[in-house]
Amino acid sequence: MTIVPSAIELDQVVYRWPGQKEPCLEIPELTVAVGERVFLYGPSGSGKSTLLGVLGGVNVPQSGRVTVLGQDMKEIGARARDQLRASHIGFLFQQFNLLPWLSAIENVLLPGTFSAVRKARATTERPLRDEAARLLTHLDLAPALWGKPSAELSVGQQQRVAAARALIGRPEILIADEPTSALDAARQLAFVDLLLRECSAAKTSLVFVSHDDRLAVHFDRHLSLSEINRAAANLEVRDVPL
Amino acid sequence: MMPILKLAARSAWARRLTLGVTLFSIALSTAMLLSVERIRLDARQSFTQSVTGVDLVVGARTGGVQLMLYSVFHVGQATNNIDWKSFATLATHPAVAWAIPLSLGDSHRGFAVLGTTSEYFSRFQYGDGQSLQFRAGQSFANVFETVIGSEVAAKLSYRIGDSITLSHGMGNHGLIEHADKPFHLVGILEPTGTPVDRTVHISLEAMTALHLEWIAGAPVRGVMIPQNLVQKFDLRPKEITSAMIGLKSRSDVFRMQRFVNEFQGEPLLAVMPGVALDELWQTIGMVERALLAISALVIIVGLAGLVSTMLASLNERRRELAILRALGAGPRDIFLMLSIEGLLVTTAGTVLGVGILFVETQVGAGWLLEHLGVVISSRLLSSAELGLLSVVLLTGLLASLVPGWRAWRMSLADGLTPRV
Repeated sequence: MTIVPSAIELDQVVYRWPGQKEPCLEIPELTVAVGERVFLYGPSGSGKSTLLGVLGGVNVPQSGRVTVLGQDMKEIGARARDQLRASHIGFLFQQFNLLPWLSAIENVLLPGTFSAVRKARATTERPLRDEAARLLTHLDLAPALWGKPSAELSVGQQQRVAAARALIGRPEILIADEPTSALDAARQLAFVDLLLRECSAAKTSLVFVSHDDRLAVHFDRHLSLSEINRAAANLEVRDVPL
Repeated sequence: MMPILKLAARSAWARRLTLGVTLFSIALSTAMLLSVERIRLDARQSFTQSVTGVDLVVGARTGGVQLMLYSVFHVGQATNNIDWKSFATLATHPAVAWAIPLSLGDSHRGFAVLGTTSEYFSRFQYGDGQSLQFRAGQSFANVFETVIGSEVAAKLSYRIGDSITLSHGMGNHGLIEHADKPFHLVGILEPTGTPVDRTVHISLEAMTALHLEWIAGAPVRGVMIPQNLVQKFDLRPKEITSAMIGLKSRSDVFRMQRFVNEFQGEPLLAVMPGVALDELWQTIGMVERALLAISALVIIVGLAGLVSTMLASLNERRRELAILRALGAGPRDIFLMLSIEGLLVTTAGTVLGVGILFVETQVGAGWLLEHLGVVISSRLLSSAELGLLSVVLLTGLLASLVPGWRAWRMSLADGLTPRV
């Protein structure tokens, strides 16, 4: 084995939402190497949400090939796509990441209940709960908040809990969709810093989507979604920002 | 699969208030359906078992239903009476074990007065062969004594020792009072849920005594026979309205019926009470079907409430579903999660409904019988009731598929980013 597969490979991908004539995603080529940290600059309406759905295996392109960790997303089928997402991809959204009726730490433990792989990797050094506690501590969340219902946390605290959940069990890929947009400027940098540190430690490939190019300097590679997505020109209301 | 069910339970618990109210409304509608079904069956049973242990009811020739109506339910009037001699002949027939004469026509404040013998209280049976019981006092022994049913006592607040007067004819107004011949109240019967509860019982001799100075349904002008002198007259009845007959052997019933129907002295009719009551019930059976239809509608309203509650909450839970999707849940898991939630609420609701029914039949049965004359029996669920329950559950399952299907569509359309 000499060739290490890329974390993500897109080849001639065309995606059209059901009922729409024009595709909203048309990406000839996109590769993210293992451990790479990619900053994807995407203004609203550039096909951002659709791309995240395609990467996560929730949306399957009508043509072209999506390969995630060496798996052809179309070939493996819906069940396996869900399983791959559970085991190998952490997601971090703009806001409202948490299940409000679970406590902060219960939210962090969730990936372990959905995937045995994530659970096994999270528990190589310590029990699952301790690993969750370690991540929350690293992300600067005071232990007093761990047992609180997540609905009672501030937006910034919620985002850090969500980051811990995305990182637990060291998934190979972390996809972050404007995770800092709900934070104030001072906290944004600190949050990105924390995220990058944790990704490096776990050798996680990071795809970070944002329309705030001030954050771009922290990343290995910068891509403009409007440039790589040929369909961006004919995009419509489908991709409204949250 | 399992983690999503645990999460579904946590999510449902977080919405316990709305779901609880929905569950309770399903419970109430289930309890109503079962109560109506049970009351319906019990009403039919207590109706068709208004009189049991009697093999034949005999009256002047008329319709079978009409004979039952006036003999047992004291509704309407007999067109003809039976001659006492005919009754005596029947009573001494070798196949006959006992015969009880019934004489009707008078009333007391809207309640029918039945002239009979004291043997009536020991022979009359209803339900599964229950006999009449005295709540207070005992049977009449003297002419001007009376025994009343429980409802008469309750409605008119009568007690043992009270004195009452009877009216000539049936109805409430414009009746001539037998005011000169008051009756002494000596007995009150336990409730039975049958027409006995609404009846004033006197002896046949008293019936004759009341009408000594009457001819052709009206008092003879100027004739007054004081109460203390009636004993000087022959009080043996000349006619009765109908009779109840018990046979020595049930197998003789058809032979005896034919004997009565072909009676030589006068035109008579004998009916088997069970058969006639069943026939009578058929004519009023429409009401019970209407009741059942109404409670079926109430169930549908309850389940529609469930669907609308769940659909409404679905909009608020759109993000929740997207998070679960991101964590690895498939659209099928989302569908199951919602459908199972609906099914569990329906199941818990129907179980609670059965609980309400049990409490109601245990605690409320006495009150219902006493105040409404409604019989509701407390017993385990019958197979018909289990059938109704499974129809409710099946409908609940179908109803639960609606939010499940909607959530499935939603999670497909939303992907990972809910459009709220």
